[in-house]
Amino acid sequence: MENWSLFSLCVLLGLTSRWAVSFHSYSGAGKPPMFGDYEAQRHWQEVTYNLPVHEWYFNTTNNDLNYWGLDYPPLTAYHSLVCAYVAKLLNPEWVELHASRGYESHSHKLFMRATVLFTDILIYIPAVLLYCFYFCDGSSKQKVATALCILLYPGLILIDYGHFQYNSVSLGLALWGILGLGLGWDLFGSLAFTLALNYKQMELYHSLPFFCYLLGKCIKQGLTGRGFFQLAKISLTVLVTFALCWMPFLSDPKQPLQVLHRLFPFGRGLFEDKVANTWCSLNVLIKIKTLLSRETQLFLSFALTLLFILPSSLKLLSKPNLWQFKLALVNSSLAFFLFSFQVHEKSILLAALLMFFLFVFFHSMLPLLVKDGLLLPYVVTSLAFLFLSLYLLSHLTRTNEPLFWYFPFHFWFSLVAMAVLSFTSVWLEPPAKFPDLFPVLVSILSFLHFLGFIIYFNLVQLMEPQRKKSQKKTN
Amino acid sequence: TVMAAPVTNDQSWFFALALGVSFLKCLLINAYHSTDFEVHRNWLALTHSLPAAQWYYEATSEWTLDYPPLFAWFEYGLSHIARFFDKEMLVVQNLNYASPATILFQRLSVIVADVVFFYAVKECCKSLREDKGKDLLGKPSFILTVLLLWNFGLLIVDHIHFQYNGFLFGVLLLSIARHFQNRHFEGALLFSILLNLKHIYLYIAPAYGIYLLRCFCFTQSNDNIWSRYNYLKIWNLRRFIDKFYSSLFIKGQLPQVLSRLFPFKRGLCHAYWAPNIWALYNIADKAFSILGVKFKLLDINKLPKASMTGGLVQEFQHSVLPSVSPLATLVCTVLSILPALFRIWHRPNGARGFLRCLVICALGSFMFGWHVHEKAILMAILPLSLLAVESREDARIFLILSITGHYSLFPLLFTTQELPIKIFLMLLFTIFSLTSLKTLFRKGGALLNPLEATYLLGLIPLELICEFVYPLTVWQKTFPFLPLMLTSVYCALGVTYAFIRLYISLLTCSDSTKKIKTQ
Repeated sequence: MENWSLFSLCVLLGLTSRWAVSFHSYSGAGKPPMFGDYEAQRHWQEVTYNLPVHEWYFNTTNNDLNYWGLDYPPLTAYHSLVCAYVAKLLNPEWVELHASRGYESHSHKLFMRATVLFTDILIYIPAVLLYCFYFCDGSSKQKVATALCILLYPGLILIDYGHFQYNSVSLGLALWGILGLGLGWDLFGSLAFTLALNYKQMELYHSLPFFCYLLGKCIKQGLTGRGFFQLAKISLTVLVTFALCWMPFLSDPKQPLQVLHRLFPFGRGLFEDKVANTWCSLNVLIKIKTLLSRETQLFLSFALTLLFILPSSLKLLSKPNLWQFKLALVNSSLAFFLFSFQVHEKSILLAALLMFFLFVFFHSMLPLLVKDGLLLPYVVTSLAFLFLSLYLLSHLTRTNEPLFWYFPFHFWFSLVAMAVLSFTSVWLEPPAKFPDLFPVLVSILSFLHFLGFIIYFNLVQLMEPQRKKSQKKTN
Repeated sequence: TVMAAPVTNDQSWFFALALGVSFLKCLLINAYHSTDFEVHRNWLALTHSLPAAQWYYEATSEWTLDYPPLFAWFEYGLSHIARFFDKEMLVVQNLNYASPATILFQRLSVIVADVVFFYAVKECCKSLREDKGKDLLGKPSFILTVLLLWNFGLLIVDHIHFQYNGFLFGVLLLSIARHFQNRHFEGALLFSILLNLKHIYLYIAPAYGIYLLRCFCFTQSNDNIWSRYNYLKIWNLRRFIDKFYSSLFIKGQLPQVLSRLFPFKRGLCHAYWAPNIWALYNIADKAFSILGVKFKLLDINKLPKASMTGGLVQEFQHSVLPSVSPLATLVCTVLSILPALFRIWHRPNGARGFLRCLVICALGSFMFGWHVHEKAILMAILPLSLLAVESREDARIFLILSITGHYSLFPLLFTTQELPIKIFLMLLFTIFSLTSLKTLFRKGGALLNPLEATYLLGLIPLELICEFVYPLTVWQKTFPFLPLMLTSVYCALGVTYAFIRLYISLLTCSDSTKKIKTQ
């Protein structure tokens, strides 16, 4: 069968799973007064449509920042504005200032879900297809299989189409950035990544590798000659993109500061909710949140993040090739996730560009998904993804060993542990003394995995072994 | 591009496909379900709560039991498991009860019952004549498995609309597979069981009857001497079925059961016209009446006002052309399948000829039957898949019939939420069937000629008009049935064309001894 038909079948399967998951509940469904992320997105449409630009990030009588105030960069706001225009056409009640708070209806849900699907088809899916087509090694069958596995990754599907977010936009743009760099179109890549950064500040997790790679490349070309020109062009592209995105906010110096204040809420504390990162796990043993002062916490997290990210970035700077770049991306995002300030579970999506280990990441989101009423899609998609990726993996690699021996013992152990935890989280009642026992256990287990991964991947990057293509799910 | 997995006995792809489609079905648990969901819940309730003698008399709900007794027993068996999910669904008075546990149970029961279908497909794959392919995606058994397991019609009707067709078609395909494997007795037994599960399969009973009599009782060498032994076997089989049947309930109930099973009061066409001859007949009648009024040949006051598309239980009369009665449709149906039956009587082509005749019977009954439901097209599409992976002409007919037939199922899912799903799945199945069959039969030019391709492509604008453009126009309120009418008439053309081509291929096909082109 021809490639185009196989790829289109993968896309259609991905789209079907996405839409089928969207039938289920979303974050905060039917839970006044705050509801959840779904209501946040709807509220942003309301705010951006009805209020002038300079009021979007400020606390005014019309804009109560405590009720889901905008805390993403301007591109998200513009996106919400566009959606709001469409919403106004379909049903003005959806974006009525103040009156539409907590608006929930079947047709509105369809509209919101459709906006996610639209941007997914526009940005993320083409990026994935191009990536698999141009940057995956192996036969065309392997490329198709990779595309299928990426498209069926449950984490993104459930967060975007279940919980409700637009991660596919920022991840898609970042992927376009990676594509650009890989194809040698540095300017395009920088442009795409800057846009991604202006969509969600979480993309900062990936920014250091991008920076180091481009800088390293320019240095290699000679800082006095072509390299300097290249560096200048890239910097110009980035600056111009930033300027364009932030243009409405540049008139008054107070504006950008306020926006930054919203984007990086250092006032909020080291962590919220149960997240699989260091601080949350450490908190179980030592109550750091209360022990250390806010400034110390900030400093500590900054220092540790930098510490963990430095080796990988330096290596990339010295050896700017694509393989190093990919590894650096993983390491950088893992480092940020594990050690930085105010991390949310969903941030792990950024490190999740690697296929194989995604499953652990996905499992770490279990408490969130259960809270949203997404248990059934979680079970189905994770089983399907696990099965599919294992099956395809075992069939497409050049080995005749039975599947069981192919993966190390701790892989199976982890799987079992995760399955047991999933089961107990849902069906058993936690003891009265520790009501949050299961979410915490999930977080700790995932944290331990992530710690293992970051050490492993740092070792891989720093020691630069020969390319093990069959095992590494190239991404 | 050789698959690295050992080729010798690797059937794991089958398992992967089956598991994959089951996962998809699980994701659709929360999708829209039609009144058929309540129908089955009601049957669970009444078989559980009432003694067998009253099953066919119970009428609390409007959805009375109208399947044969064996299906009632199947529901009875299910109801015992249902108890652990939600006891309330088993109370007959709980009309339209649909708690999450109920939905989960019913959906899971369909998904699990599909295991029968999986087994049947596996058996069918074994009966394929040639199964050589350079790689997995080009193997006829792989293509057949996908065409059957991932059949769009089955997914939509069973796992969204809600029915148990997978399980029933599993029994049918298993029976066909047994005939291919020359295990005729089992095949006949399975078919008898099938008839007792859903009487709609009476449509294809003539094919079975003629084939079994011809090949089993009258051996080819001695046309006039009955092979007594075989004949007795069949007769015993029939007797066994009868005994089985009557033992299930008190004799006196037969008329009541029959009246429930065959409700002839329902009208020539369903509320949505199945794309058969009568749809074309209706449209011709409407056209004539409009033209007649325009050219002052008819008096508008004398025309009957009854709307042909209103409601489920409405009989109507045609204005210009003669009205059609149930007897007329029966006669037409019989006439339409008679040539095929004669053909396999005189020149049986083995199991494949039987299969072809079966498809023709199914399609003929679909074309000319009384109150045909558009879902019945699956009875022709699924068995035809078996022929499609083996012969070029059949592949062509299959493409036309399946794409048109599947498209005609679109009005079953009329909710906005399910719109993307049905489009994605339809595209999935269509792209797969087109490209895989084209690759399988790439020698010998294009599979579809330009006219056929244009017709099929015409479905895209049709869909855009009916579901996207028309609802935004003024006529949506005054003529709401127009898109449905357009759909069924357009599809009726395709189905009729496929029927004719199928007939031609049956009447001109060579003997089983001749080599049939597969590549």
